[in-house]
Amino acid sequence: MTETLIRADSGDAAESLRPIPPRRPGQRVAALAVAFLLVFLLEGWITNPRMQWGTVGEFLFSPVIMEGLRTTLLLTFLAMALGIVGGVVLAVLRMSANPILSQLSWCYIWLFRGTPLLVQLLFWYFLSAVVPTIGLGIPWGPTFVRADTNDLITQLTAAVLGLGLHEAAYMAEIVRAGITSVDDGQSEAAQALGMSRGQTLRRIVLPQALRIIIPPTGNQVISMLKTTSLVFAIAVPELLTSIQGIYSRNFQQVPLLVVACFWYLVATSVLGVGQYYLERRFGRGTSRDLPPTPLQRLRAAARNHVKESAR
Amino acid sequence: MTPAVIRAESVHKSFGRTDVLKGIDLTVAPGEVMCLVGPSGSGKSTFLRCVNHLETIDRGRLYVRDELVGYEERDGKLHELSEKAVSRRRRGIGMVFQRFNLFPHMTALENVIEAPVQVRKVPKKQACERGAELLDRVGLADKASSYPAQLSGGQQQRVAIARALAMKPELMLFDEPTSALDPELVGEVLEVMRALADDGMTMVVVTHEMGFAREVGDSLVFMDDGAVVETGPPADVLSDPRHERTRAFLSKVL
Repeated sequence: MTETLIRADSGDAAESLRPIPPRRPGQRVAALAVAFLLVFLLEGWITNPRMQWGTVGEFLFSPVIMEGLRTTLLLTFLAMALGIVGGVVLAVLRMSANPILSQLSWCYIWLFRGTPLLVQLLFWYFLSAVVPTIGLGIPWGPTFVRADTNDLITQLTAAVLGLGLHEAAYMAEIVRAGITSVDDGQSEAAQALGMSRGQTLRRIVLPQALRIIIPPTGNQVISMLKTTSLVFAIAVPELLTSIQGIYSRNFQQVPLLVVACFWYLVATSVLGVGQYYLERRFGRGTSRDLPPTPLQRLRAAARNHVKESAR
Repeated sequence: MTPAVIRAESVHKSFGRTDVLKGIDLTVAPGEVMCLVGPSGSGKSTFLRCVNHLETIDRGRLYVRDELVGYEERDGKLHELSEKAVSRRRRGIGMVFQRFNLFPHMTALENVIEAPVQVRKVPKKQACERGAELLDRVGLADKASSYPAQLSGGQQQRVAIARALAMKPELMLFDEPTSALDPELVGEVLEVMRALADDGMTMVVVTHEMGFAREVGDSLVFMDDGAVVETGPPADVLSDPRHERTRAFLSKVL
């Protein structure tokens, strides 16, 4: 023991007190092996003439595919908006003290979560077969406005309704989990201050529940982005449908599917970044100091670099 | 004679089969500081929560400023008030919780101005000015932009007191305000409460701090098993309890 003390004193004291992590030669070997394998596979993939990279490049920004991508993003946005709003409403109903309301919510979730999405999409699409006209009026009384179901529910509306109403059932459970996670003391404190139930939910409970709700909702958005491809069944020309349309004519399946994957990956990556910042926004107050964002870190590094080189 | 701030007449409350309050009769005069003490499970916190209708009562009458709490009396029967009417009556009653219950997603100042802005519709600028004053009053002027997680327990509880005061209550309820605090942080919270009492605030304090009860309290109520066992000036009850049960309890905590 005395020996180490003397050693610590003799050298640069601060430096010698810093512990040295153990060497892990196995890790380095494994990393090298994996890197080698990756390069090998990637090289084979890229240089494979049958991949037809020319075709990939040709179609990557083709107008039909861009239009499909636009439809996919629009569908994702509208269906998720409907799903989130519907989910909040269903969750609040489900937790209501009124047994009829909570039963109603339970039944909705049971029905929409329990039947295949594809069937629901087809159902909305073929609604006019069952209900030829939709009107607004007093039940069993006069009707004020009447419209042909086929005019009212276009392919796109059918797609949004099908995706959104199905999503609402899943979002309802996510929102309910978030609301339940907020401590009861929070509502009590808000009520003791004279806030109404609505104010308590909107100002106190939901903002805190969002911290729990956002990560699974991000999952749902990304899943929705890809699930929109199901609407090919009702002939809405979204990304995958338009790509299938192209390769059914030119038989270049693989390169066109690569194009599809490319755009799906771009979209999910952008969504991932959005989620990161949303989580930070609603994580306020939960940790003492938020770590810097990658962008802030990059800027700080650049500043340091400038300082170093100026010296 | 000015009317009592709180008047409880034979208040009963049970959770399922357990009778928590078995007929509480109490009055709190304006400016009075009443300390409720007793073993855990004696019903003192439940009684406090009944006063601002966080709990409903099963039987009896509970008036704050001559108005029934959460109910109105028609044809000799109690009818529960609408949610809106209940929250209107709650505005005049401030409550401080054992676990602070600050809103963690808001800064100290945002916590304080939330209810005035949302409930009383005070303009935000005016609310901020008064909020800053209140934070200054509890000694936290420099912590206005801190989040609750960045504050110590004592500081959080002082923000919670400022938050309750922001609604300009005429009655403050304290539910074991120092029980969740480290011993060295208890003093700063009691100091704020003492200043509040000196300003003439009517207060009901559920506490285990017998020193505070003796020095600041005007009356002390000892509760056990859902009933009031003994009431009197704190010095008398603490030094010369009349009931065996009070004596047994005090011998353990003093």
